[in-house]
Amino acid sequence: MAAVQGGLVDADEDKDIKTEASNDSWGNNNANDGRLLSPSPGSSASAGSNKSAAGASEEQQTLLAVLQFLRKNKLTESVEILRREAGLPEDSLEPKGAESSGAGSGGASGGVDLEGGDASSLLSRVTASSTAGAQAPTKGPIQSAAWLTDKLSHHSASCPTAKLTHSAGEDQPDVNVVLSAYSQQGDPALYEVYYSGLKRFIESVLDCHRAELSQVFYPLFVHMYLELVYNNHESEAKAFFEKFSGDQECYYEDDLRVLSSLTKKEHMRGNETLLDFRTSKFVLRISRDSYQLLKRHLQERQNNQIWNIIQEHLYIDIFDGMPRSKSQIDAMSGSLAGEAKREANKAKVYYGLLKEPEIELPLDDEDEEAENEEGKPKKKKPKKDSLGSKSKKQDPNAPSQNRIPLPELKDSDKLDKIMYMKEATKRIRLGPDNLPSICFYSFLNAYQGLTAVDFTDDSSLIAGGFADSTVRVWSVTPKKLRKVKSAADLNLIDKESDDVLERIMDEKTASESKILCGHSGPVYGISFSPDRNYLLSSSEDGTVRLWSLQTFTCLVGYKGHNYPVWDTQFSPHGYYFVSGGHDRVARLWATDHYQPLRMFSGHLADVTCTRFHPNSNYVATGSSDRTIRLWDVLNGNCVRIFTGHKGPIHALAFSPNGKFLASGATDGRVLLWDIGHGLMVGELKGHTDTIYSLRFSRDGEILASGSMDNTVRLWDATKAFDDLETDDFTAATGHIHLQDNSQELLLGTYMTKSTPVIHLHFTRRNLLLAAGAYNP
Amino acid sequence: MADREERRFAEISRESVKFMAESTGVELGDDVAGLLAEDVCYRLREATQSSSQFMRHAKRRKLTVEDFNRALHWSNVEAICGYGAQDTLPFRSAKEGELFFIEDRDINLVELALATNIPKGCAETMVRVNVSYMDGKGNLEPQGTVPSAVQSLSDDLLKYYQQITRAILGEDPHLMKVALLDLQSNAKIAALLPYFVYVISGVKSVSHDLEQLNRLLHMVKSLVQNPYLYLGSYIRSLVSSVMYCILEPLAASINPLNDHWTLRDYAALLLSHIFWTHGDLVSGLYHQILVSLQKVLSDPVRPLCSHYGAVVGLHALGWKAVERVLFPHLPAYWANLQAVLDDYSVSNAQVKADGHKVYGAILVAVERLLKMKALSLSQQSDGGSSGQTGFAGGSICYRVSSPGLSPPPEPLSEATLGIASHLQAGGAGCPLEEWTPVPLPAMYCELYSFFGDSLAVRFSTGPGDARKEPPGPTSNPDTTRKMPQLTANLNISPRHDGSPRTDPTPPSLAATGSGRSLTRSCSSSSSVQRSRSSSRSGQRSAGLSRDVFPKARFTSSQTGPPAFSFLIGGRQMGLRCQGRRPFQTNFAPTPPLSAVPPRAYAHKLPVIGRVGKPVRRWACSHYSLHLPL
Repeated sequence: MAAVQGGLVDADEDKDIKTEASNDSWGNNNANDGRLLSPSPGSSASAGSNKSAAGASEEQQTLLAVLQFLRKNKLTESVEILRREAGLPEDSLEPKGAESSGAGSGGASGGVDLEGGDASSLLSRVTASSTAGAQAPTKGPIQSAAWLTDKLSHHSASCPTAKLTHSAGEDQPDVNVVLSAYSQQGDPALYEVYYSGLKRFIESVLDCHRAELSQVFYPLFVHMYLELVYNNHESEAKAFFEKFSGDQECYYEDDLRVLSSLTKKEHMRGNETLLDFRTSKFVLRISRDSYQLLKRHLQERQNNQIWNIIQEHLYIDIFDGMPRSKSQIDAMSGSLAGEAKREANKAKVYYGLLKEPEIELPLDDEDEEAENEEGKPKKKKPKKDSLGSKSKKQDPNAPSQNRIPLPELKDSDKLDKIMYMKEATKRIRLGPDNLPSICFYSFLNAYQGLTAVDFTDDSSLIAGGFADSTVRVWSVTPKKLRKVKSAADLNLIDKESDDVLERIMDEKTASESKILCGHSGPVYGISFSPDRNYLLSSSEDGTVRLWSLQTFTCLVGYKGHNYPVWDTQFSPHGYYFVSGGHDRVARLWATDHYQPLRMFSGHLADVTCTRFHPNSNYVATGSSDRTIRLWDVLNGNCVRIFTGHKGPIHALAFSPNGKFLASGATDGRVLLWDIGHGLMVGELKGHTDTIYSLRFSRDGEILASGSMDNTVRLWDATKAFDDLETDDFTAATGHIHLQDNSQELLLGTYMTKSTPVIHLHFTRRNLLLAAGAYNP
Repeated sequence: MADREERRFAEISRESVKFMAESTGVELGDDVAGLLAEDVCYRLREATQSSSQFMRHAKRRKLTVEDFNRALHWSNVEAICGYGAQDTLPFRSAKEGELFFIEDRDINLVELALATNIPKGCAETMVRVNVSYMDGKGNLEPQGTVPSAVQSLSDDLLKYYQQITRAILGEDPHLMKVALLDLQSNAKIAALLPYFVYVISGVKSVSHDLEQLNRLLHMVKSLVQNPYLYLGSYIRSLVSSVMYCILEPLAASINPLNDHWTLRDYAALLLSHIFWTHGDLVSGLYHQILVSLQKVLSDPVRPLCSHYGAVVGLHALGWKAVERVLFPHLPAYWANLQAVLDDYSVSNAQVKADGHKVYGAILVAVERLLKMKALSLSQQSDGGSSGQTGFAGGSICYRVSSPGLSPPPEPLSEATLGIASHLQAGGAGCPLEEWTPVPLPAMYCELYSFFGDSLAVRFSTGPGDARKEPPGPTSNPDTTRKMPQLTANLNISPRHDGSPRTDPTPPSLAATGSGRSLTRSCSSSSSVQRSRSSSRSGQRSAGLSRDVFPKARFTSSQTGPPAFSFLIGGRQMGLRCQGRRPFQTNFAPTPPLSAVPPRAYAHKLPVIGRVGKPVRRWACSHYSLHLPL
């Protein structure tokens, strides 16, 4: 819902920057980035194009209403914080201020704060070329409120100064607003009676309805418990929990544990799990028949207590048709806020691949001859085929080529593409009978703790992020890593010579590995740029850093998350990258903008992993709220919500054709999703611990998963996706029945030696590389 | 806390809060302390829950102090310093009063700062690659089977490898023991396994050095016993090294002074150990080994020490292996052995001595075969009476019927069942000669024809009643009289004085032994056999007997008592283990010679095999018996 529309840099401007970046030598880039490194309020204000946020008015109205409420209650501090957070001018609280400029995000305002008295006037100017919050058209007021509370619960992060001064009272107002819904008073003794009455009823209904109606138990249980706690009935709450917590599905165990520790009204403040329950309606999918049954029962019994909870805190998505079976329900439930609403997955997703740019292959005869004479004609054919087929017929599911402005290819990129295609012709065709070889990269002596690994696409470099805040880069090939010479030395070299690229490198600095220091907390995510010139790292210190692999220095620190950033990834086309963290927001950035271009907000808990769609038009995020969301980069909308995992999601992978998504979680299961239809299409069981890495082979036949249980498993992806019955898709209900065929799809289990597998990578020739730290 | 009826979490008690408050000089009321305690518990739980996500993102299983501090940091609570140590702090209780505390020693910073021994930095973080699985097919192999060119070892492992091999193959016996012990228990040497296996395969190059061979065998034993190692297909290589020690005519055995017999015995023991513990790893290996043992046994060109190895090898593989391979082969082999034993020329002395070794080994193997078979039959008959097996009437029914009947079902209690099943599984189409099980009495009769009373005497001394009656008269009428009772007991009473025994002991077998208990039965049986044979030979060819024992150190001055003792002084003892007691056996005369029936193989019997004439002197079988000590 926090679609950031106002921030859309229009295509022309984008192109300008991009061409600049591509034409610049590294030195210019560096200078450019240096400017970005020291953002002054003045420059940021001038950089921001003052665009009015379209469609932001509704959300603003809500915001203003809340602000006025706070002021009325003499909570001036909170007003100040919220106002600063939202980037509203001082006078916006007057009714007429409602139509003033759009709401800015907190990202910039932290810096602005330092300006002191001048702040308010600057704030009104920093209306966010890139950060204005805009209302996604499909969202209603409830989500706005949710957005608001989300903001509120995190506003301390956005303004560090405020956090220090007001840390005591800051959470009070908003939480009270949120929790006041629980203040309705019923007889605490009757809660058990109500609940067990409903339980008896559901147990007595027909089998086909029982499974569906049983979904009601968990949200009801939680909300009734919270009501008891909120109204200070501690002992009743405990007794209630004692009596009925055993009935809940086992996959809610983690939430129940949090809940059980919560027995006092005071504790409810600032408890994130609880806020999630309140701010989002728990979504249930129930068939019309079952729902009618429930409704009739509750009305007959005059059971208003339960009926109120259902009305207020539950969203029941009623569908016409056969009630679902227990296994069907279990497959989809487990997330923090129930299942996804059906309409949440109705939007059209352009999952097709972009047309490959046509590159005329230079006939470098030497190379060809060196390889072998005979292979020459053979090699070209597939190249032409693969290029030709793609360029001739446009994939109907593909987005238009310029839906998202992408950087133009540089000469070096074209060379790399040619290399890629050459390698691709030598690629091994994998299948159930032809499994890949696996090379394991063991990190030895990694006492400081290996937290993230990435390979370059051509498998020439490997980087590790460590808990001691360092990032280390190794060369996997005999070619050593070299820095560029210093500026003074660069002046001396002959710039006209053919081998200038070779001459600018400083031989003295050649080494097998380089250490990048700069973060002040564990590095949780790293990603190489596709052109191998940059490296991104995200850290606990709340920043994402961009490193140059030419100079091995930090170019930019992207600040905005303010909480640990769990993951980051470059777009497959470079230039853009996405990051997600503890603040429950995923952000889209461009390397030459120090503020995010989009903020993807909607997850109810940490964003634990982020991944770009192969066509760069979408971003998938996994979260500890046990959902996966797919976001449209163009407008920031959430276009898919996938529920079904029973634990925080730690690995995501798109299939190379862009049609499918695989996800792995702490529950040790891999789930497969059809993006176009928004459906779960497979479940791969086998791992016994958290899955930290997923990767499809280059042609998509094999899915490799690496886990904390020290194994790599290979799955038959072709079969998993082929076995789908297409009828299921046409069925509007989207209730697919999954057969349990994990064992058939499992092609192999490969043990490591006390080495958790935290990264997997298929080389261009389909050799599987795995990486992890040896931990005896 | 007020209500303690249920404890889902660790709780901090009201008293603890009070104590903590007192330590900072604050008095708290009961209700305040109670509320505080409850709140503290909640905050702790909350912090713990949020700290777990730092653990998950660090891709660890272990929650560290650092994780917890990060959680505290992000909820605006000051971090707790001083608990960053990697090792767990000892949690102790004070005896006076119920007080528990964490032992936290003071660190003298001045000392630390001025210390001269600057700690070395830890090893550099690095990335090493190895091809783990080729074409996805490496799954059968452990990861250690990477081609050694690809795999590179970390420095530490390399150092460990060097130290261990140096210690084991070096001079210091104490160091060797330590190294072997570590090899037996170290959990982290999997990567080194191929290297160790390679070292062990070096047995072929040190066949002249018994000491080194012995050490390498000990290395095998340690590796086999290490519970953390998955030997996988390396077992094949290890077994082949062990087999080398058992079977090959080692360069060391040219010199008769070298005690290669011990080595072979030890290797055979090891072989049996490997099969007991790792027999399931390589299917077909058991069968393969049987074939190679049989091949050696049937090759008359091979030296006797190889034959000896084959026999002890078979013995080590269990009585079924003996029954399967040795027993059917015995008639053919016996001719050769007898030829050796019958040759009394001086030049043949050495070979003849070896022949006696083989004779003894066969006897031991055969004895065990008979006993185990008897045991299995008796168990089977027990089972049969309860209607479990198809053999109604059990062993009797079986015994009455003629040889060639289907083999008795495997007794379930027989520990070699697993191996035996290997044997049978591999039996189809195997080069092992056709084998039909021979019923026990027939087997005994046949064996008796070879060994005579030296076999019989081993079964005649059971203290308890026979568990199994001799076969019925109908089947083997001519053996009924002589058939001693078969018991599975062997009565061994060690003697401690080295002097010759003259007092007539009741029919019992006695052997003095200071050696390992493992080899005791072997030694005693060998000595019996030896004494039997020598006495027999004395009777049969009295004239020759002087030639047979030309080096006898004792000349007897006594005339024959009905029971006699026999002293065996092995050459090994004499030359290498000075001061050790010779072995001594005494036993009573066996049933009269006249009872021995004419048998098919009777004419082939070695002259040393029979007893009849009382021995009038102490013979020292100077050259014949090696007692594995």
